[in-house]
This record gives sequence, C-alpha cells and structure tokens, in this order.
Amino acid sequence: MSRYPAWSVEDARDVVRHAGSTADAVLPMLHALQARFGFIHAEAIGLVAQAVNLSRAEIHGTVTFYHDFRTAPPPARVIRLCRAEACQAVGCEALVEEAARLGVPVDRAGAEVAIETVYCLGNCALGPAALVEGELVGHLDAAKLRALVAGCDPATLQEPLS
Amino acid sequence: MTLRVFIPADAAALSVGADAVARVVAEAADRRGMAVEIVRTGSRGLLWLEPLMEVATGQGRVGFGNVRAGDVAGLFDAGFPAVGHTQALGRVDELPWLARQTRLTFARVGVSDPLSLDDYRAAGGLRGLAAALAMAPGEIVAWVAASGLRGRGGAGFPTGIKWKTVLGAAAAQKYIVCNADEGDSGTFADRMLIEGDPFTLIEGMAIAGVAVGATKGFVYLRSEYPHAEAVLRRALAVARDGGVLGASLLGRGPGFDIELRMGGGAYICGEETALLESLEGRRGVVRAKPPLPALQGLFGLPTVVNNVLSLAAVPWIMTHGAEAYAALGSGRSRGTLVVQLAGNVRRGGLFELPFGISLREVVEEIGGGTRSGRKVRAVQVGGPLGAYLPASLLDTKLDYEALAGVQGMLGHGGIVVFDDTVDMARQARFAFEFCARESCGKCTPCRIGAVRGVETMDRIIDGREREKNLAVLDDLATLMTDASLCAMGGLTPLPVRSALRHFPEDFHRPAAVA
Repeated sequence: MSRYPAWSVEDARDVVRHAGSTADAVLPMLHALQARFGFIHAEAIGLVAQAVNLSRAEIHGTVTFYHDFRTAPPPARVIRLCRAEACQAVGCEALVEEAARLGVPVDRAGAEVAIETVYCLGNCALGPAALVEGELVGHLDAAKLRALVAGCDPATLQEPLS
Repeated sequence: MTLRVFIPADAAALSVGADAVARVVAEAADRRGMAVEIVRTGSRGLLWLEPLMEVATGQGRVGFGNVRAGDVAGLFDAGFPAVGHTQALGRVDELPWLARQTRLTFARVGVSDPLSLDDYRAAGGLRGLAAALAMAPGEIVAWVAASGLRGRGGAGFPTGIKWKTVLGAAAAQKYIVCNADEGDSGTFADRMLIEGDPFTLIEGMAIAGVAVGATKGFVYLRSEYPHAEAVLRRALAVARDGGVLGASLLGRGPGFDIELRMGGGAYICGEETALLESLEGRRGVVRAKPPLPALQGLFGLPTVVNNVLSLAAVPWIMTHGAEAYAALGSGRSRGTLVVQLAGNVRRGGLFELPFGISLREVVEEIGGGTRSGRKVRAVQVGGPLGAYLPASLLDTKLDYEALAGVQGMLGHGGIVVFDDTVDMARQARFAFEFCARESCGKCTPCRIGAVRGVETMDRIIDGREREKNLAVLDDLATLMTDASLCAMGGLTPLPVRSALRHFPEDFHRPAAVA
C-alpha cells in the first residue's frame, strides 16, 4: 500500500495555493506537491502553471530539470545511496554490485524497493551513506543494505550490526 | 543535582546511532530515578568517535566515544558519569583533535543547544550584530574588507569587495542570499554549522543586510539535508520570536527577515547564478556574467550571494575586530579554514584552524592515515572539481594560492582520502560522468564535452588507440577549461588532468580481458 494519498485535483489545488502565487514559488509548490502525493502528477503541471501564470512547458522544464522531482509514483521503499567520491573511497560501488545481486533496480523504476543514486549526503567521514525515509544511515555495508532491502526500519540500522 | 548529558543530534551522529543512545540514556535515568537532563547538540566534529556523548562534571565535560545503546546500562552501573570507564575519553576540550584547533566560526557547534537563543547570547552571540547596528554601513563593509575574509564557497573572492559593490548599488530592494547548496563530496561544514549553530548564520546574514542595505534574505539549502532543514526552520522561528529577525533587528533599524528555500537535487545550483535562477523558480541554468549578481542578482536586483561559512565568519569579525581575524592565516588567505576530512580516513571529521597547515599534517597526523590501513595514494581536495594529489605532494599548504600553485584548488575545504586500491583512470572517468549528469546544458563545451569525455575515457580504459585518445582527452580538457561558461565545465578537467599527470600508470594498464 502506498504511503501517499491518491491524487486529487482539489487537494493539489490547495497545496499549490498554500505555497504562494508568484513565479519564485514554483519549487516550493513542486516540493509540497511531491511531499503530499509522492510524485508530480501530470495534471499538477497545469495547476502550477496556472497559479503562477507561466506556460505548462516552462513548468514541465522545471520539473524535469531537477533530480528530486518524480513524474511517477515512487516504489514503496527508496534507498538513496551516495555514490560520490568520499563514499567511493570506502566502497559504495561494491554496494551497487550487491544490489544487482539482490535484483534491486538501481536508478530504474521498481515496485517494492529501488536504489537511487545521490551525489553526497554530507556524511562523508562515516560513509558509505544512504538516506532512507528521512533517516541517514552511516557505515553502510552489505549486511545493512540487505536489511534495508528487506524492509527493516532504517533507524534500527544506524548502530553497527553486531 | 541534575546530571547534564550532551548527545549530538547532528545528522552524521544520528547516522551511527545517536538517537538510540539518547533514548536509552533517558530510559536508564528514569528507571534509576536519576535526574538527568539530555541536551541535544550539534557535533564537535570528531566524527569517527560518534556517537560522542559528553557528561558535565566538576572537572568539565568528559566524553565517551562510539557509544552504543547497549553500552549505556554499563555506564550507569559503573556509577555514571563513569569517568574511569573504558570508553571514557577524559575532558573533551583537552582531546588533541580539539586542543590544536582555533574554533572561531565553530566555537559553539557541539557545545550548546543549537535552538536556544539564551545559550547563544550567553556564549557571545549577537554581539557582532549589536556592534554592526552601531556602525555606518560603509564602516561594516570596511571591517569585513580589512579582515581579509574571502569567499569560502570555493572561488575565494574577497567578501568585502562584493559587499562594497552591493552597498554602492542604488536600488529600492536588495537581497542577501546564502548559498547552502553544499554539493561537493567530502564537504559537510555548512550542514554541521546549520545543524549545530544556526543562529551564527542568521546573525551573519543580518549583519550583511545592515551593511549593504538589504532587508530580505534567502537561504538556499540543498534538499539532501533534511536534518539541517528541520533545524534551520525552527531556528528562524525562534529568531523571529526573539526579535532577532523581523520588522526590526534587536529593536533597531529597518529590520531583516530570512526565508528558507529548498533546492531540487541539482549540483549546478551551487553555482551562484544557477542558484538565483532556481530561487526565481526556474531550471537551474547558469547566467552569463556580467552582469554581476552584486548589481543584477535575485529578481534583477543587487544581491550578495555568499557561502554559509563566509556569512558565519562575520559575527566573529564584528565582535572581535578585523585585525584579530586578519592576524590569523598565511599569505593572502586570512583567518581560519574549516577543513573537512573524509573518505578513506581513520579519523574523519571537521576541524577549524588558521590557514597554513599542510596536507600531510591533516591527512597523517589529524586523520591518522586511511581507515583501511593501506597506503594513502591520492587525496582529492576541493570537491568533485578539485585536483587529485599524490602522496608526494602532501607537503602542500592548505591555502588558496598554495593549492593553485600545484594546479589544484582549495574549494570549500573538503579533503577526500583514497588508499592504494583506487583506480585513477576510473576517477577521471567519473569526473566526466558527474559533469554529464549535472551540467545545466547551457554551454556546449560542458554539455557535450562531458559526454565525449566519458566516451574517450572508456576507450582509454579499454585500451583502444590509447595514444590517440589521450590526445583527444587533452584537447577536450583544454577546450572545456577555456570555453565553458562556469566552473562546472571549466574545472571538470582539473580532476581529470591531475589524475593523468600524477598517476599516468593507471591510464596505461593492460585492458581487462572481457
């Protein structure tokens, strides 16, 4: 079951209205829409365009420019894995290989769980690092990754596994 | 008597279990009927010791490193605060890592409750703003100029000159924009400051507002930092309630307020003009300069765009004087440098000290070598656009000019250590791959050059016409350096060329047999 409520134009209009009415509110609007529905529904583009008096093409351009915004519902669990240099230095690419062995899609759509590459979570001294459901997990290793894939609460994986 | 226990709520500390420790300490105290006050702080920056719990004693604050939830009962049984316990580190202030630092900007980080305005005041906060409010704008700008402060985001442009330009620009509305889009791998100082002492940033922005005549500020924070976002949102509310922000500043002047805006996961938005585009609600596409943002910035109006650390250095300068700041440092790099030590390093973390320390002291003495225990082979200084330096250049000093002298750059002060298992041809390929993913697409050298770079590196790694492809690589690097619109395309050749220069053997390895 999805963590997010079903798409509703009325709710979306409310969300947009709360975020402002000027062009500079486009990113806050998109963040608010994604926080509510989990992704930017195609119909939301028109709502935002109308609210700030810009063309749909301009809003579409903004949505697709930023890595954060999704245009389809997210998988039940997204593991945002850092693959930048500091995490490379401590073996994050081995975790990507582990994910492949587990059959977890990396930067591809998945229904249950997917890994998404992120470049830096600011946990560069305690890498490899991943952000899962708002929880930052440090010293990530294969065992922790398997637990995340299996659906464990990320907060229980912050301490070293004994 | 209530026992005061300090446990970081910094994201890095949380990532290794600080919340679980805090929860168990509270439960254990309850069970034993002990009066314990748990203060959640930022991190002191000794990240390899996190969670680092501190307990107030008559002899000062004593620390316990790498505490796990399972250790807590034992600490209580040993007669909390258990100074003689095996995990006890002694007085935290006396740990060598902290004792050798000169913490100006980070003086309060990890020490006090980041959201207590009273604690902030008690620790010397808001004195800089009070001093600024008693001065003429031109005088504040002159102080900042005299301090020698240079932009800590990477470019190293003198902050005073930037402010002077904005002050001199006539406009009904001006803006202070804080660049908190800390995208460089190996850097986390902005995040730690915002999570550990957000009022310092708020105060620095307010001083900038007073200095140049701006009444509105924006913090552009990257979305990869949800913990910093939460702290800063609350800090802004506390500052407004406390009269530090709003219609007037500490009861004086025309007032100043700050709005927090979140990025969208685009590295290029750390470039100041792309950041401004993003703040205005558009794709983060770089603008051509001139016009300078100082004259035509946010919404076309005069705008100071400064990094978190530049703005956060200002309250100290206004409190203690420009001379005191300028007295520290080396060459034309004045004041303190906030080093972030990361990657494959035994003791990683953040420390602040005057410019002039060598890379060797940082990596070997402070960092203790690699986490893996193998030899240090390369260090990348200054983020993904910074050079890879070999062990033979570890005696290079960490300041703007010395790094430039070895064809590198200091950037935001991040240092990433690699051991001898690193393949530098792969790292060179990654530099292009990253640029291809994060390029804004506006200029051809960056947009196309990055993709061609990946293809060329693939041919070199595969051993296909190596010499010819190395010539193409050199050509491409020259073109990107000379013709890109901004530092993204212009500096991507820096890690590539440094890898090739210092580690040529990695570009000539026998190709792997498929």
